[in-house]
Amino acid sequence: MSRVDAVTPGDPADLDARVVVRRGGFVLDAELRAGTGEVVALMGPSGAGKSTLLGVLAGLTGFDEGAVRLHGRTLDDGPGRRTPPSARGVVLLGQDPRLFPHLTARENVAFGLRVRGATKAAADEGAADWLRRVGLEDHGGRRPAKLSGGQQQRVALARALATAPAAILLDEPLTSLDTETAGDVRALLHRQLAETRTTAIVATHDAVDAVALASRLVVLEDGRVTQAGPVRDVLAAPATRFAAAVAGLNRVVGRVDAGHWRAGGLVLPVTEAAASLVLAGELAAVFGPAEVRIIDTAAGRPGEWAARIVRLEQTPAGVRVRTADPDVAVDLPASRAAGWEPGTTLTLAVDPAAVRFFVV
Amino acid sequence: MTGVSARTERTGFVPRVLIVPAVLGLGLLILPLGALVLRVEWSTLWSDVTSPQALAALGLSLLTGAIATAVCVVLGVPLALLIARSGDRAAGALRALVTVPLVLPPMVGGVAMLFLFGRTSWLGGALAEWGIRIPFTTTAVVLAQTFVALPFLVLALEGSLRATGTGYEQAAAGLGAGRWTILARVTLPLAAPGLVAGIVLCFARAIGEFGATALFAGNAPGVTQTMPLAIYTAFNGAGVSQGTAVALSLLLLVTAVGVLLLVRAWRVETPR
Repeated sequence: MSRVDAVTPGDPADLDARVVVRRGGFVLDAELRAGTGEVVALMGPSGAGKSTLLGVLAGLTGFDEGAVRLHGRTLDDGPGRRTPPSARGVVLLGQDPRLFPHLTARENVAFGLRVRGATKAAADEGAADWLRRVGLEDHGGRRPAKLSGGQQQRVALARALATAPAAILLDEPLTSLDTETAGDVRALLHRQLAETRTTAIVATHDAVDAVALASRLVVLEDGRVTQAGPVRDVLAAPATRFAAAVAGLNRVVGRVDAGHWRAGGLVLPVTEAAASLVLAGELAAVFGPAEVRIIDTAAGRPGEWAARIVRLEQTPAGVRVRTADPDVAVDLPASRAAGWEPGTTLTLAVDPAAVRFFVV
Repeated sequence: MTGVSARTERTGFVPRVLIVPAVLGLGLLILPLGALVLRVEWSTLWSDVTSPQALAALGLSLLTGAIATAVCVVLGVPLALLIARSGDRAAGALRALVTVPLVLPPMVGGVAMLFLFGRTSWLGGALAEWGIRIPFTTTAVVLAQTFVALPFLVLALEGSLRATGTGYEQAAAGLGAGRWTILARVTLPLAAPGLVAGIVLCFARAIGEFGATALFAGNAPGVTQTMPLAIYTAFNGAGVSQGTAVALSLLLLVTAVGVLLLVRAWRVETPR
C-alpha cells in the first residue's frame, strides 16, 4: 500500500481517494489526496495506471476496493456503493476534447448548464461568458469541426469549468497540441484553475506541465505511488529512474563501501552526511547529464571513469550519449560526437561536488 | 498536372475497368422501371389510379407503412442500443437473430406468424378468448410489415451507434446529464444519419411488403389489400387488364420516390 500524505494531518483533504483495481496481472493500488483548490500532477510511464485512476475518480471505471471522498461527500464507499458520473461533480477532460459535434461551441458550453436546470437564456449567457474567459467569444457559433485543436481544448475547458465542478481531472490535455498552442492552453489552464480554485488532478508525461500547473507531484509506476511531494522537491530528488528521467537527471544506484560509492567503473567519495543515509549498503547518486565532461586522458581523480557508448541520440542541442555500466546519459555538443558509434569507449568525468546522494 | 492530381484525390486508385459492371448494375436497376413506364396506357391512367380500389389500396399502404415504421422505431431503437452496447459475442449473436427475417423468404415469415397468432396456437387461442383476432386483419398487415422491416432499421442504427462509441455519453454524464437527457440530446442526435437511413429503408420495405402480408393478412380490399397485393390481383386477376396493374405500379413507384425525396429534404446534416 503506497501512501501519499502531502496534506498536513488534521487539514481535511478536499479529494481523498484510495483505489485498488485488479486487471489480470496488473494491480493499481494507490492513494491520492488533494487540498481544496490544489492542483496535483500525476506522472508515470505508459501503462502505470494514470488513466485508470482518473477513470475511477470520474466514476467511469470500476474498482475492486477503496473509497473516494470529495468536497465533504463520500462518492464511493467500496465497489458496490458508487455515485454515478452524472452526480459526482467531477469532469474528466482528456486528450480528445470530446466536444459534441452536432452542437456549436456555445451550445457545448451551455450543455452542462442546461442539464443543471438553467433556463435557455441563462445557459446561453453563462456559455458566452465562459467563451470570453477562454478567449473565444467570437467563435461561439462554430461547430467543433470548424475549430482548431487548441480552440477545441479551450471550449472543452470552458464547458468543464462552467459547471463549477468539485474537481476537474485532466488526462494529458495538451498532448495532441503543437508546442506553441500547448503553451497558450497551459497558461490559460493555470489562470482559470487558480481563479476558480478548482481542485484538479493533471495526468501528464511532461515535467513542464507539472511545474507550470501543479503544486504537488505524484509519481505513479506500475500501479503504485513511488514518490510524492511538492513538484520541485520531487524533481530535485527523484526517487526512481523514471522520476529522474522526467527531471532530466541521471540517477545511479551504487554500493557504499569504506567511504566510497561505486557503480560499475564510477567511484565517488561519500561525505559523512551522505553516509548516514546508506540503507542496505546502497545509495543513489543524482547528477545532471550536463555535469559530465569528456576528458582526453584519465588522471586518476575521483569521478573519472571509462564508459562504453551504447546509444547516441541526436537532440536539438547536440548529442545525448548513453553509456553502460553504469547506465548514464551525457549531453555533449554535436561536434564532439563525430566518429563515435555504439561500442566506442570514452573517458568521462563528473565533479564529485555536483553529485547529490539520496536514500535508495 | 494539377487537374489530374486533384481528380485522383477524389477518385482514388480504383481499377478503371470496374466502370463496366458498375454501369451494367445501374442498368439492371433502372431499365426494368423504364420498361414499365413504356407500357403505361396513358389514356386510362387517370381513371386507373383514381379508381376507388386503387385509392383504398394506396391509403392502406401508406397508413400501415407509417404505423409499421413507427412500431419499428419504438422497438428498433432500444434493440439497436442493446446490440450496440453488448459485448462482441452477445452483439454478434443478437445481430444474427435480427438478420434472420432478411434472409428468410417473406412468405415463410407469413406462415410463421400465422402459426404464432392463429387460433391453434396458445397465443392465438388466448387472444381469441379475449375476443381479439389478428390474422386477416389490418393489424396483421402492420405486424407482417414490421416483421420484415424491423431488421433494416436495427442494423442501420446499430452500425451508427457503434461507430460513435460511448465517449460523448461519458463526457455528457461528467457534465451532469442523466441517462434520458444523454439519449435525447447526445446519443440519438449523433446517430441521426443511421436513424434516418434506417427509417427510410424501413418504410420502403414496409410499403413494398407482399409475401408475408399475403399469407398472414390475406387480400381483402380495403382491409388488408395493400398496393403490392392490389397490383398482384390486377395483374393476375380475372377480367382485369394488365393496364391497371401497370398504372398501380407507377403510382407506387411515384409514391415511394416522393417519400424518399421528402425524407432527404428533412434530413438534418450532421457534421462529424
